[in-house]
Amino acid sequence: MSKNLKLITDGLVKNNPTFVLLLGMCPTLATTTSAVNGLSMGLATLFVLVLSNVVISLIAPVVPDKVHIPVYIVVIATFVTLLQLLMQAYTPAMYETLGLFIPLIVVNCIVLGRAEAFANKNGVLASACDGLGVGIGFTCSLTVLGLVREILGSGSAFGWNFIGGNDGMLAFVMAPGAFLCLGYLMVLFNKLFKKN
Amino acid sequence: MAAQSNLKNMVLVLGATCLLCSAVLGGAYALTKEPIDAAAVAKTNKAIGAVLPAFDETSYESVEVDGKTYNYYKASQGGKTVGYAVESSVVGFGGPLSLMVGITPDGVVYNTSVLSHAETPGLGAKCSTDEKFMAQWAGFNPAEKILSVKKDGGDVDAITASTITSRAYTEAVKSAVEAVKSIGGTDHE
Repeated sequence: MSKNLKLITDGLVKNNPTFVLLLGMCPTLATTTSAVNGLSMGLATLFVLVLSNVVISLIAPVVPDKVHIPVYIVVIATFVTLLQLLMQAYTPAMYETLGLFIPLIVVNCIVLGRAEAFANKNGVLASACDGLGVGIGFTCSLTVLGLVREILGSGSAFGWNFIGGNDGMLAFVMAPGAFLCLGYLMVLFNKLFKKN
Repeated sequence: MAAQSNLKNMVLVLGATCLLCSAVLGGAYALTKEPIDAAAVAKTNKAIGAVLPAFDETSYESVEVDGKTYNYYKASQGGKTVGYAVESSVVGFGGPLSLMVGITPDGVVYNTSVLSHAETPGLGAKCSTDEKFMAQWAGFNPAEKILSVKKDGGDVDAITASTITSRAYTEAVKSAVEAVKSIGGTDHE
């Protein structure tokens, strides 16, 4: 059990997808205009990651090597479409903000990366924990990045406006600010956690 | 561990995966179709309700102006037409900008609301959140004021640093006003 717990914490720090592995940069940069957007994108990816890891670890033994990528992509795409339909039906407001980026989870290298690097050689429980850890790591990173950009760019946090007006530094809500914030957060993260 | 990569195995596994996945998605589609449709209807009704005075009946119609087709909801209260909610789409800064424009039979804008947009977050996207920008549309009378942004000599206050979005928004309202003009001729005078 402690091994599985370690898999979860690894995903948060040692294998943090955003700040250490630098995977899934497209949704990271594009959706983190606010903390809530980052959080929802992270949770959506978490959902797909856990389910696809579980299914792929189950089917890996019977999948011939030469077709394993197409098979994995079909599995991942199925879960993403499922998520898209569910969001459209039950959280239409959230679907409206994220709608464009949900289909992109299919090609998010984190999901396929974890399937390739972990799920196809490990058991179901370990793969689920790995998916959960990396997913939570991704969610936290995106929320923090979104929060920083929201504070600087819109003067609000989780939608709560604390400067009373629209006078944030707009650059941080746009693409250049995304790169700047990501870079500085990465430096901070490595300063805090890297031991060498 | 992995099964042998011969043709039979590959076709079998890939085929089975695809079949299974399509079955799952087909089922999910059937299950979610109703709530998705309901959400779309609720959204449209909310948009109409937000841009028009109280009504008890709507009918969905369309009109062609200058080769462009406008769909609109004609809302009536007790048999009397209280307004038209026109769906008006233009090209904004980041992509299509789609509005619901409520116009009373005398041609005055009652209110507007954004159906969908692809404007820059924090800039043009404010067209659906900026109170000052949105409030100016309520009661905007195109007969007395000019429907273009102040920069272009009109009476519309643009969103700071988002002139292109504001222009597009104004253009969408303008074409909705034109559309109502061509349908509403019988309702007044």
